[in-house]
Amino acid sequence: MRTIFDYPSHERSDDLFPKSDVPTSGLDRLIDDGLLRTDRPRIPDLSEPTVVRHYTALSKLNYGVEDGFYPLGSCTMKYNPKVNETIARHPGLAHLHPLADAELVQGTLAFLHHLSELLGGIAGLPGVSLQPVAGAHGELTGMFLFKKHFEVRGETERRRILLPDSAHGTNPASAAVAGFSVTQVPSDDEGLIDLQSLMRELDGTVAGVMLTVPNTLGLFERNILAVTEMVHAAGGLCYFDGANLNSFLGRARPGDMGADVFHFNLHKTLSTPHGGGGPGAGPIAVSEPLVDYLPVPRIERDGDRYALDWDGPGSIGSVHSFYGNVLVAVRAYAYLLQLGDEGLRAVAEDAVLNANYLQSRLKSTYLLPYDRLCKHEFVLSGADLAEGVSTLDVAKRLIDYGIHPPTIYFPLIVREALMIEPTETEGREALDRFADVMERIAAEARNEPELLREAPHRAPVRRLDQARAARNPVLRHPFDEPSS
Amino acid sequence: MRYLSHSDADRREMLASIGVSSIDELFADIPAAVADRFRPLGLSGRSEQEVVSTLAGLAARNRAAEAVCFAGGGVYDHYAPSLVDHILLRSEFFTAYTPYQPEVSQGTLTTMFEFQTMVCELTGMDVANASLYDGATAVAEAALMADRLMRRGRIAVAGSLFPNVRRVLDTYCWASGLGVVELPHDPSGVCDLSGVPEDVSAVILQSPNAFGVIEPLDGVKERIGDALLVVSAHPISLGVLAAPGGFGADIVVGEGQPLGLPMAYGGPLLGLFASKGEYLRQIPGRVSGRTVDADGNVGYTMAAQTREQHIRRERATSNICTNSALCALAATVYLATVGATGLRRVAELCVEKAHYLADRIAALDGFELPFSGAFFNEFVVRVPGDANALHRRLLGAGFLVDSPDVLRVHGVEDALRIAVTEKRSREELDGFVDHLGGGG
Repeated sequence: MRTIFDYPSHERSDDLFPKSDVPTSGLDRLIDDGLLRTDRPRIPDLSEPTVVRHYTALSKLNYGVEDGFYPLGSCTMKYNPKVNETIARHPGLAHLHPLADAELVQGTLAFLHHLSELLGGIAGLPGVSLQPVAGAHGELTGMFLFKKHFEVRGETERRRILLPDSAHGTNPASAAVAGFSVTQVPSDDEGLIDLQSLMRELDGTVAGVMLTVPNTLGLFERNILAVTEMVHAAGGLCYFDGANLNSFLGRARPGDMGADVFHFNLHKTLSTPHGGGGPGAGPIAVSEPLVDYLPVPRIERDGDRYALDWDGPGSIGSVHSFYGNVLVAVRAYAYLLQLGDEGLRAVAEDAVLNANYLQSRLKSTYLLPYDRLCKHEFVLSGADLAEGVSTLDVAKRLIDYGIHPPTIYFPLIVREALMIEPTETEGREALDRFADVMERIAAEARNEPELLREAPHRAPVRRLDQARAARNPVLRHPFDEPSS
Repeated sequence: MRYLSHSDADRREMLASIGVSSIDELFADIPAAVADRFRPLGLSGRSEQEVVSTLAGLAARNRAAEAVCFAGGGVYDHYAPSLVDHILLRSEFFTAYTPYQPEVSQGTLTTMFEFQTMVCELTGMDVANASLYDGATAVAEAALMADRLMRRGRIAVAGSLFPNVRRVLDTYCWASGLGVVELPHDPSGVCDLSGVPEDVSAVILQSPNAFGVIEPLDGVKERIGDALLVVSAHPISLGVLAAPGGFGADIVVGEGQPLGLPMAYGGPLLGLFASKGEYLRQIPGRVSGRTVDADGNVGYTMAAQTREQHIRRERATSNICTNSALCALAATVYLATVGATGLRRVAELCVEKAHYLADRIAALDGFELPFSGAFFNEFVVRVPGDANALHRRLLGAGFLVDSPDVLRVHGVEDALRIAVTEKRSREELDGFVDHLGGGG
């Protein structure tokens, strides 16, 4: 794989920037010598065509939603509307300095305020902050709110967070980074949170629970009201991970289930692109007792004027430099305006229909440990598929068929898990082809297992040695090594 | 709706294949008590054309977009070569996700590796991650990491951090039970290190700081004992200023927005994070590493994942999942496009134009530069009369300048902070001076 550092640097006339039009006495007379750089960063000077070809070539080694089916469970890899990109690049929205006075950015404040109201409406909760810029950032902010709540009430002994063993990995990590200790609660035979175990853990040291609805098996917690009532009765708070919101848009609201904090992933549910790993956005909606603790600044409306309010006596402070990922928010806003209530409901319906259709097609070929109607995703097991063949092999073989593998080895409560989320934007043809390919791979696993074990065969690289990258980390270009 | 792909006939056949008679049956597991409470938004859908028009109408109310920008504080009005956005619009990059499957993610992983290398080159550090959310959370994560390494329970921080960065740092430190000791600045605008306590895990400086003053890093390490040195740096300044790594900095962070990203009303931004190699296992965020495939060919994959949430869960040192990958790609393409020479050129233009403007303003009656420390692109001027009134007058004339409030939080009164980039022409600089001096 060639990197930009493998190209020979060459002399280049400098025509990106104009010549200086101000008189100057030279850098070394303006800034003391000791502060100036004497070495040159090893970033090559290249012609523009060289740079364009290099990054175009690299892009072709990637696989995005526009390249084909991308059923990465819990990531909601739906189609990213083109109009989002056009809108976010409008100079009137993009070319705005964040410290500009509120009176000069009324259009942006107006849509941020409206988006907050819409998100509050979707969540069924009274307070919203757009500041968190990723799902895990929303989780962390939510944990800060929990902390504040108990600090204000003088219940600082509440330092434990409970979460089901099916939780996303970021949940325990966010709780830990926020200084809580984490206790796992097992799932029952149906894959739902075990109420008896939950009850046993609920005591005066528990700050709250982190739940995912529907859970990471794609199953709706039927007892959700009992769960949140138990937690509230024990003096705790309920955090809801919103990664799976796509499955109940237009039909249910987390606030009505007992959520105290709910985070949105605008890059999942509301169609903004995933960017290869961000930027996303993770706004949170909160229940009444937590509203005063939300981050500052907050956007206030007075008639048709909007202002930023930096005074929040109870606020946890800020979690982002400014107001969150505004240009991600505008994409989500455009999407919401287009969909309206009817569109939101239609999205969830097709998302759930697609998942159930695939589940019904695949459950005779692959083990389905929790055999129920699912929501927007379901989890198969690659265990017992064939002697010596793993889920990893199935995933890599999918690449040969031009399909992005599902999420694998998660959730942890399913052995050799394959977590499949088709999303609503896939048509029947794509679903059928995926099911056909999965069946074919299952047959290959029995008849020609080496085809799987050595896969991928038709990718830009063969299977990569991840253990080596962990054991012997090479994390930057080794300039002193002869060029490969 | 055109984002959906089924016909009604498809839906009926699929329901039959599942073995249910209606869509509603698929939602029967939502408890009735929850479903009954559902209320719609009262929002009717609109066409693409109408939505574009609505947003264009809102954009037209953003008068800041037209102003000549002298605002700063971490986000600056730099020029981004056209090619940057064209690469970002390659859908293979922007519609992919975190490279969990490296064999179909070599584009993202290779550019992450390039990005890490470039950040190391700029900062003079050994290792860098693939990005954090923004410069403020990068400072906060640096504080947490330093305390994981040193475990002293408090940090010292220059009072001259940008206030919005400080606010985020304070929030993270409060939540982690980490004490914060503030260090004052001396009359030249440089951080006064004479009062650094002995028992802090780290000393955090920003350079250039909130007054635009460059912190002299030479000898700082010796003066702060064995506390770690964390420096938040402006990446373009590193085109001409000595890299913090050369002065023994342990962690270098920064806001990467100047590297080819739009100001975007403050988001998305790009957190830069680099450290000494010995601290690799404590670095937050994703990292791309070089390895080989089954045929022995070089490829890239996510590395050092044992720190991360999907391996260690509740013992993870990082909860970073989605971060700022596409912004990191923008910075990578920006740096590849301008090259080391172009980066130096941009930095020189910032220095030259900022000093030209500062000299002209200092020559005006009643105006002075209160800080004598060297500056890069941003500087403070003390103004005669009411700074708020002058600020408003400048806005009226089409010049965007930070509110005097950004300096008041540092105890600096009657002053404005002015930032200059390569985009400001001499005509704009002279016009600005005319409005300052002549009252417009």
